Amino acid sequence: MDQFISLLDSTVRVSTPLVLAALAGLFSERSGVVDIGLEGKMLTSAFASATVAYLTGNPWMGLAAGMLAGTMLSMLHAFVSVTFNGNQLISGMAVNTIASGITPVLALAWFQQGGNTPQLPDSARFPELTLPFADALNRVPVIGEVYNNLIFGHCILVYITFGLILPLVTWVLYRSRFGLRLRAVGENPHAADTAGISVARVRYMALVCNGMLCGMAGTFLSVYQTGSFIKEMTAGKGFLALAALIFGKWRPFYAMLGCLLFAFSDAVQIRLEGVPLPLIGAIPSQFIEAIPYIMTVLLLAGFVGKSIPPKAIGEPFVKSR
Amino acid sequence: MKFGQPSTLPRWAQLSILPVLNLMAALLVTGLVTWLIGENPLECLKLLIHGAFGYAEGIGYTLFYTTDFIFTGLAVAIAFHAGLFNIGGEGQSYIAGLGVTLVVLACDKFMPFWLLMPLCMLVAMIFGAAWAFIPGWLQAKRGSHIVVTTIMFNFISYSLMLYLISHQLIQAGSQNPASREFATNAWMPAMKDMGAAIGLNLPDTPLNASFFLAVLACVLFYLVVWHSRWGYELRTVGTNSAAARYAGINVTKVIIIAMCCSGAVAGLASINELLGSAHRLNVGFTNGIGFVGVAVALMGRNHPVGIFLSALLFGALTQGGLDLSFAKPLITTEMVLLIEGLVILFCGGLENLFEPFLAVLFRRRV
Amino acid sequence: MTDFAIELMGICKSFGAVAANRDVDMKVAKGSIHGIIGENGAGKSTLMSILYGYYHADAGVIRVNNRETRIRSSQEAIRLGIGMVHQHFMLVDTFTVLENIILGAEGGLILKHGLAKAREHLKQLNLEYGLEVDPDAVVGKLGVGLQQRVEILKALYRGADVLILDEPTAVLTPQEADHLFRILRALRNQGKTVILITHKLREVMDTTDNVTVMRGGQVVGNVRTCDVDKAVLADMMVGRKVNMKVDKQAREPGEVVLSVKDLKLVDARGVNLLKGLSFDVRAGEIVGVAGVAGNGQSELLEVLAGMTEATSGEVHYKGEDLVRRKYRQPKAAALRKMGIAHVPEDRSREGLVKTFPAYENAILGHQRDPAVCKGWFYRRRDLIKHASQLISQFDIRPDNPMLRAGLLSGGNQQKVVLAREIHANPDLFLVGQPTRGVDIGAIEFIHRRLVELRDEGKAILLVSVELEEIMALSDRILVMVGGEISGEVPGADATASALGLLMGGGDKH
Repeated sequence: MDQFISLLDSTVRVSTPLVLAALAGLFSERSGVVDIGLEGKMLTSAFASATVAYLTGNPWMGLAAGMLAGTMLSMLHAFVSVTFNGNQLISGMAVNTIASGITPVLALAWFQQGGNTPQLPDSARFPELTLPFADALNRVPVIGEVYNNLIFGHCILVYITFGLILPLVTWVLYRSRFGLRLRAVGENPHAADTAGISVARVRYMALVCNGMLCGMAGTFLSVYQTGSFIKEMTAGKGFLALAALIFGKWRPFYAMLGCLLFAFSDAVQIRLEGVPLPLIGAIPSQFIEAIPYIMTVLLLAGFVGKSIPPKAIGEPFVKSR
Repeated sequence: MKFGQPSTLPRWAQLSILPVLNLMAALLVTGLVTWLIGENPLECLKLLIHGAFGYAEGIGYTLFYTTDFIFTGLAVAIAFHAGLFNIGGEGQSYIAGLGVTLVVLACDKFMPFWLLMPLCMLVAMIFGAAWAFIPGWLQAKRGSHIVVTTIMFNFISYSLMLYLISHQLIQAGSQNPASREFATNAWMPAMKDMGAAIGLNLPDTPLNASFFLAVLACVLFYLVVWHSRWGYELRTVGTNSAAARYAGINVTKVIIIAMCCSGAVAGLASINELLGSAHRLNVGFTNGIGFVGVAVALMGRNHPVGIFLSALLFGALTQGGLDLSFAKPLITTEMVLLIEGLVILFCGGLENLFEPFLAVLFRRRV
Repeated sequence: MTDFAIELMGICKSFGAVAANRDVDMKVAKGSIHGIIGENGAGKSTLMSILYGYYHADAGVIRVNNRETRIRSSQEAIRLGIGMVHQHFMLVDTFTVLENIILGAEGGLILKHGLAKAREHLKQLNLEYGLEVDPDAVVGKLGVGLQQRVEILKALYRGADVLILDEPTAVLTPQEADHLFRILRALRNQGKTVILITHKLREVMDTTDNVTVMRGGQVVGNVRTCDVDKAVLADMMVGRKVNMKVDKQAREPGEVVLSVKDLKLVDARGVNLLKGLSFDVRAGEIVGVAGVAGNGQSELLEVLAGMTEATSGEVHYKGEDLVRRKYRQPKAAALRKMGIAHVPEDRSREGLVKTFPAYENAILGHQRDPAVCKGWFYRRRDLIKHASQLISQFDIRPDNPMLRAGLLSGGNQQKVVLAREIHANPDLFLVGQPTRGVDIGAIEFIHRRLVELRDEGKAILLVSVELEEIMALSDRILVMVGGEISGEVPGADATASALGLLMGGGDKH
């Protein structure tokens, strides 16, 4: 039971940056701009936030820096994709490669720690929330553990993500004017255009949201999880988030489930390492590692239900007249 | 898939002036970053150039890296000609390496070089093609976005290969995740040895006969794409699928075969790395060459001459960058990644950024 | 004193060398249904695009409700109370009807209020005009007629007093069309102004109060509907142009080469594009298919050329039913091998690859032909020689086989396509809009060649929206309206008015 709770606990923690990144991708792709650059934006904001958190000793300043870094790269992507009508996939790939290049260069030059930033003291990392009654409930079996380890005791960013950001994004997407216009622009930009909506403006706004969310994701990784920026620390999480987004059919709640699922399999993989299971024997951890990617391919192939992207995705918008 | 906005410049200008301008822009930004971290950009540039071309050993290494990039660049270019963005060269070369290793481990004790080498090349191409086949098929038949599927396949290949190497192919008793060393009859002749055979004293570098294979691939690429029946259909599908359908071309078939060819050529890079240099299969031997291939194809405008020159450029950047990082401990080799990303940005995303300015110049002339 | 909702005076608009609107004067009375009728290229859509703010007129004055204005964008048009129902709907398929209606006029940050308000308003619009539609239905799942209603509701929701409808019945069944006109009449009776762009004479006669007839970018007449009849309108529409004379001897046509029986085509959305066509084409004759664009002619060509699959029917060619036959290669390639040539309507998009040089375009469609290429590789020298021959035979200028096709003029591009198809020596020619965008000199050349081919015994099916061309070249003329053949006229007896009548739906519509 202990194990199970701790598994779920890991899952929630590991899934948080994925959820943030997936929601970032949601904004962009729902507005019609393909975003394969989530990885690069997370990496850059991880670096920016760790650096600033180290210099100021304040994780919230780090968060602000991370969000700024993410937004800057999103604006680059927006410029290429929306203003310049360039190829969005190439732009996303450029963002990733530039991020992989610039972060260790700056890190090494400024901190001389082999491409990493210095370890943050605990005070410069995000606090974990423990709540009243924690001690009292500790003695209660099951509920106490669930209460303490699963529901509470997480970093504040986790609560912000699941409790604030996710519902907020869902609400914005489906119940606000901006969300309606965003979805319209992603499905039929000409319809939005004739209705008097500026397609470019909506896409830029979407990418600002995208940048800020990626910034949060990256900050979580470096300032909270590891306590420093490590070269290439995102290690494919940006692509996992993209996969979860596709898996969740570009809807916030299901994308979150996808992230939880992938995070769960990641947590399981660590614990199952070398442990023989009945009938099958020990499953190689690499196989479990690959499951999210295999599932996404199956989904895209239409073998596990259909995943239909926003209709106008990836097409530069050129007025038809 | 079309690039940004169509160009109005004459073709020769598109192929030569624009890439140079884009490269300058990339270098300029990198120079800015260099200055930002307190180093002198011009000094670094000099060190980089010297590292790449300034001494015989450097040239050897440069050409060795160039070989990889030619293969992956051609691979991406074939797919681009069909209108597809094959970002999966990394995984395709990696899996091709698996094929090569299996053949070598099975046969290197008894098969002579002249039989083993062609077999290895064939198997490399088959494995590379196979890894590209599924995304290609999914795109053609089910409309699954090829960029996302090839990215997924890259990650699947990392996991698959890590498992196979560390659990199945690993040399018994070793901690190092790599196969045993290949027997010498599975080694691509090193340039040093070939030079010695004709009386030349060449430095000891990983540069090997694969380089000539790469050049041959460029020639074949040119012949097939622009002079063969299939190449004609390939380019038609990639440029104008409506015209392709009008012309009775089987668009689905062309797409799938194009992807397979793309994977096959990417697979040849594994020959250079595994049989030409490492002489064993180790984890992560591809080390990003698939992605450099994208930059090379974009900068080389999908033309073999452009690709050769761009591959040479990136080979120089890789080797020069390594030397630079030794000379300047504050600069990491990832500086080259930054240039690569900027090249992809300027040559791919913003490819016609400088065009309006050039167009004015050209109009004035005419 | 009539109150005019819209007044257009001296409107001029050119695109490059083409004058789409020349000195257009039009007055639309408030509370009326005003029709604008004309053939393709008459300038109707351009004029309405100016009114809706998509284009800016080069010259002229626009007055809305007796005030002179400039309409610089569709937002301004909306503000002036002008609403447009496009031919290709501007709807978001995944949204509900309500969401589509409030898009752009949400009335605040939070959707709930806007949606509630729209729901109320919709109920009222239904009461007033009979525009009934389920507000929570997903638009993508609605039939075409209902989708159009959503478009109308969109415009009305934004307070449109003037409603412009561009060829609204193009995709409607007769019943849906009738219902639409009932709605339009209700709108008019409530004081709204409706501008109806159409080419169908019956619609004009039945529904409109006044008509503006356009031809060649100019207004030919502004009349009251009650003062005219279909024949008069047809005459005004097609006019009496300079007769394109082509030297043509009467010829006895040979045996039947192509026999089409009850050909039907239904698209993915259930729209009937071809409603059971039956006709023959014989060797040594030119069969012209006349009609305003959008009545199924393009689809007919695509089906016959093998680029679209027919839903049902028979197409007999050289003893085989092409619809039922099994193909081991792409159909278009097989048909080419069987001796069918296709000169596509959209030559620059389908018939040529603009970035390829002329000598590569000269083999498009024939790239696997053993005459062109023995084995896997081409001999560039041979291809260039072949192209040069074609260039001199067809007087293609400039005479450079290495030149990119996109840099050739329209006429020369068309000559490349024709030369290529003629060279293959087919038995049946499917030709679409052969002289669209082509200069006079090339037009004469192309027409002469077509007649030559017919004299050589080829069977030619010619689709064109240019009535003169059809009349000059055809031995027999079929007129298509709404996916059906509305009539057949022998070429020698054809008059513009008779054809115009048939094109406007004639007796049937």
